[in-house]
Amino acid sequence: MAEAMLEGARAAAEERSGTGAVGSAGLSRTITVKVLSAAITLFVVLVANFFLFRVLPANPAKNLTHNSTLTAKQLLAINRTFGLGLPLPQQFWNYLVQTFHGNLGRSFVNQLPVSELIGQALWPTILLVGTSTILSTVIGVWIGIRGGWSRGSRFDRSSTAFVNVLYAMPDFWLGMVLLITLAGKLALFPDGGMHSFTGGGSGLAGFADLLWHLALPCLVLTLVYLAEYALVMRSSLIDELKADYLLTARAKGLRDELVRRRHAVPNALLPSVTLIMLNLGFVISGAITTETVFSWPGLGRLSYVSLNAPDYPTLEGTFLLFSAAVIVANLIGDLLLTLFDPRVRQA
Amino acid sequence: MSVRAATSTSDGPPPEQPPSSQALSPRALARARRKAALVRFWREFRRDRRGMSGLIVLAVMIAIALLAPVLANSRGLNPIYATATPNAGPSLRFPLGTDSDGRSVLTELIWGARNSLLVGFTATLISILIGALVGVVAGHFGSIRARAGRLTDNLLMRATDWFLVVPFLPLAMVVARTIGPSLGVIILVIGLTSWAGTARIVRAQALAVETRPYLERAKALGAGHLHQMYRHVLPNVMPLLLANTILTVAGTILAETTLSFLGLGDPIRPTWGQMLGAAYSYGVGTGNVVWLLAPGIAVIIVVMAFTLVGHALEAVLDPKLRDRQ
Repeated sequence: MAEAMLEGARAAAEERSGTGAVGSAGLSRTITVKVLSAAITLFVVLVANFFLFRVLPANPAKNLTHNSTLTAKQLLAINRTFGLGLPLPQQFWNYLVQTFHGNLGRSFVNQLPVSELIGQALWPTILLVGTSTILSTVIGVWIGIRGGWSRGSRFDRSSTAFVNVLYAMPDFWLGMVLLITLAGKLALFPDGGMHSFTGGGSGLAGFADLLWHLALPCLVLTLVYLAEYALVMRSSLIDELKADYLLTARAKGLRDELVRRRHAVPNALLPSVTLIMLNLGFVISGAITTETVFSWPGLGRLSYVSLNAPDYPTLEGTFLLFSAAVIVANLIGDLLLTLFDPRVRQA
Repeated sequence: MSVRAATSTSDGPPPEQPPSSQALSPRALARARRKAALVRFWREFRRDRRGMSGLIVLAVMIAIALLAPVLANSRGLNPIYATATPNAGPSLRFPLGTDSDGRSVLTELIWGARNSLLVGFTATLISILIGALVGVVAGHFGSIRARAGRLTDNLLMRATDWFLVVPFLPLAMVVARTIGPSLGVIILVIGLTSWAGTARIVRAQALAVETRPYLERAKALGAGHLHQMYRHVLPNVMPLLLANTILTVAGTILAETTLSFLGLGDPIRPTWGQMLGAAYSYGVGTGNVVWLLAPGIAVIIVVMAFTLVGHALEAVLDPKLRDRQ
């Protein structure tokens, strides 16, 4: 999936940088267009969300609860809470207004507002995804540069093989294997959660406890994502190897290391930056399985729990947030690229 | 990407050795040319050692999947007939041990290969069909100067971009949950959400094909849009599509694993993902470790094999890519 997605993103980027020079308007216009199209996409997500949960099922009330033994009274109550008796456009308008007010409904399981549940789960996910993104980016790009620059070397061959295995691995499987070996048999790490039952203590001790719990899920996400970055970085660096400007740089008498650092890498970095930004949104939803395996109390686990409850308002809320995350991350990546790469800027 | 292909076009540049007889009909000529191109393609592919090893692994896996009824009695999948000790380690009778219901893990693994590959191939088929259709139509009409053409291209690409950014996993979870868990739903959901990348690639290639002289000739002779797309654009996009298909299968198999792991599959038809899900829910780390290890390793092997074959195909089609390996 990721592969196809990446190819698609690359094709889109190439097209943007290549042919899209229709009426070379200013930078501000380009930015406005991009922000607007992101807003439209977000709106489409809202519409899709609305239809998915309320209109597609023949009987939304029953579907929402997944319970066929509701009394007529209960059905009526649910219909009223969700405003399901109203005409569709009105329902949609209500839904939009509520969503923009941050009201995502109440959980079927514990009656808490969904926005509150999401608020609680947000910080653990940001911690986990943030840490692993930084690690996987740095390590992945480093492996890609080192391997691609000395193509065919022993480091290149072994790292490519290693990375290919990682790439083919389901992340939750890796998580479970680490869990039963490092956490189970060897008992080096806790078997899940974010804090010890005792609370982990306060101050520095509490922080150490948090890191100790963070280690394994973070390792899994880092390993799985660094594979992609390493592969992309390696191939885009190899694509640059034959470029004339590298020959020029060498002819100037630059050391090999400087040729790499000052000339080759900055040019080869662009596809990786695009991918990393595109992934940033996806990692949040991609953490669903990892968070589940390690009982990490983040958004991914929240959506897994609400999927199996089933707790539709919560599921709907997390889905909306995941979609928004991808769109926003994508927009930021696009804007950064527009600002930094003159080839894209002119388009 | 300059695909050195015209490999299967009916109107491409002349082949290396034109078939000798003049009496051959144009159709027979085209067929002979295609055959020659295929032979050349195979000869190049065979030289790629990694691609070949991937192909052999795939052949073995597909054979196992097809022969599942012969290799393992499907009755072993029914917990009612499973009388062995649950969650027991490997033994002579059960080489990979048993699961929490006392079923043989080996039997499940073999039938899992059948179902996982089935999902992988059918979901890919859906994804590729949509992707190719959208890509060819957008590429063809995008190359036309008329405003209607541009509009078609633009609309299709906006839709593609949306599918490119919508987070696949939550969407699939939501859809599968609203419709109900089954293998068919998983196939459909994966197929319907994974075509965007293919559409992008195909469109780019179609745009390149559109500038070739033989399309101008076809237009001059009065060929309609359908004829142009079907007889000229599609055949030229085909080789690229093939490589993309193989790579997509790797992705869909991984996607299936995740969805089944989350409990969205059909419990009666085991896939590797479902085995992993069950191993997680009912016994991770207790008793039979092979129950967890075997399906995961199977997934890795199959996904890697597809990736290797896909990259080898790409390298044959675009020799520039060979440098990357």
